[in-house]
Amino acid sequence: MEPLAASPGETRTVSLFLTSDAMPFGLLKHGLRPHRRPDRFLPERPELKQAYDTVIIGGGGHGLAAAYYLAKDHGITDVAVLEKSYLGGGNTGRNTAIVRANYLTPEGVQFYAESLDLWRGLSNELEFNLQYSERGHLTLAHSDSAIRTMRWRAEVNQHLGVESQLVFPNDVAKLVPGLNLSEEVRQPVLGALYHPPGATARHDAVVWGYAARAAELGVELHPGTEVTGLRVEGGRVGEVETSRGPIRCKRVLQAVAGSSSLVAAMAGVRLPIYTVPLQACVSLPLKPFLDPIVVSGSLHVYIWQSARGEVVMGGATDPYGLYANRSTLEFTEDLLMHVLELFPFLGNVKLLRQWAGMCDMTPDFSPVMGETPVENLYIDAGWGTWGFKATPVAGKRMAELLATGRTPQLLRSFRLSRFAEFEQVGEKGAAAVGH
Amino acid sequence: MKIMPCPLNGPRNIQEFVCGGEVVFPPNPDGATPAEWADYLFMRDNVAGAVREWWYHVPTSFWFIAERNTVTDEIVGTFLANELFPVRPDSASDGDGA
Repeated sequence: MEPLAASPGETRTVSLFLTSDAMPFGLLKHGLRPHRRPDRFLPERPELKQAYDTVIIGGGGHGLAAAYYLAKDHGITDVAVLEKSYLGGGNTGRNTAIVRANYLTPEGVQFYAESLDLWRGLSNELEFNLQYSERGHLTLAHSDSAIRTMRWRAEVNQHLGVESQLVFPNDVAKLVPGLNLSEEVRQPVLGALYHPPGATARHDAVVWGYAARAAELGVELHPGTEVTGLRVEGGRVGEVETSRGPIRCKRVLQAVAGSSSLVAAMAGVRLPIYTVPLQACVSLPLKPFLDPIVVSGSLHVYIWQSARGEVVMGGATDPYGLYANRSTLEFTEDLLMHVLELFPFLGNVKLLRQWAGMCDMTPDFSPVMGETPVENLYIDAGWGTWGFKATPVAGKRMAELLATGRTPQLLRSFRLSRFAEFEQVGEKGAAAVGH
Repeated sequence: MKIMPCPLNGPRNIQEFVCGGEVVFPPNPDGATPAEWADYLFMRDNVAGAVREWWYHVPTSFWFIAERNTVTDEIVGTFLANELFPVRPDSASDGDGA
């Protein structure tokens, strides 16, 4: 996108207003005509070819980001992104859109720190407003052991150049004036881990931005195309069977959070993954009252306020596994009981909607990225409840692996074989709330 | 409210129970390789459909097995663990005389 007029009087300023589609002329012109259809933002779905260089299974943020970086960084554009439903209809459109890097393990912190760097420049790079909003992130501690974990996380974060610090109730009161800091509650706030770069982004925009730029570079987007089988010949995926016919390809990336075990099983690969729903909800819009993101591990809740004023709330994963996106009353009751302990004045606010996504939970609460026992099948899975924030870095580094055949250092700790080697990356203390 | 038919306590609110994960059989402790142990500990079939899982009734400390459909969330049936594990696994002290 060219910048708008650098100085007044330049011809570009004038031409912007003379363009017949510019507001308000476009509105007048098209508003008075019947049957005006908006311009297509993404190209029409092409015919499926019989062969591609690379097939990406999963048209969510991770799959589309990998496609974009394959094309942009490595010049590999003969790529098909296969999505069984519509683009971004899975967990990319169901998460609560929080971005942060204040993890516990050095492996995790380094990985998410690179993601933060990419996020900061992403709206400009994709020429699409992702509404990336750095608002700060507070993880409340309600016990001595939680304070100890926050101190530990702050030290690891600072050592690796990620801004995080332990703060106490008087600081918390300044950051979140509406928070209930009374000591006369079941779980008083003793302190918090404050992570100023914590941010939110518009998750649908991330999908559209990556999809549009990848398509411009030559990547084919195939929504409504379900993978039904992976034919393995001589330790390699020879053919990807889809609902629109078979495809031959050199390499396959699966990025299908929630269904990772099912797709990997098509190639005979077993994963250390268990599929569990995670639910979330938003309230009716309120006037702005909450600037940072507030998380409490002890109360199993996280909460932030969107630009529209809706209070976005989420909590722990469901108590048992399920391949379904259904909502439950038990979740709402449990979650809101805890929300009201933190923000009692929300007691009369109505919920607007509630939804769920299916999460790949791993035993060590870290993702699974990299090679599989099948030579040309690569995996980007195990994203549990923490995948959205990793969208840019996972896409970029998985693209690097696909293009070069070498696992980037940043991904090595998250390899699938770490389980057989007993080298897990224990991230339970910082990955999510209340598991 | 979802109901779990407990073999010991009868139908109870599912919130009284904890899911213990899919039923997997441990490798033979004499001679199992580290790879077999890793597989047993970490890898899961994670089937979309009928599965057999361990369930635990918290108030009565009672473990049993339930057959459940992981797509429809329907509990097909529940039964006692000794129907799948007829023999109680020996502890090492019995086998080695240690």
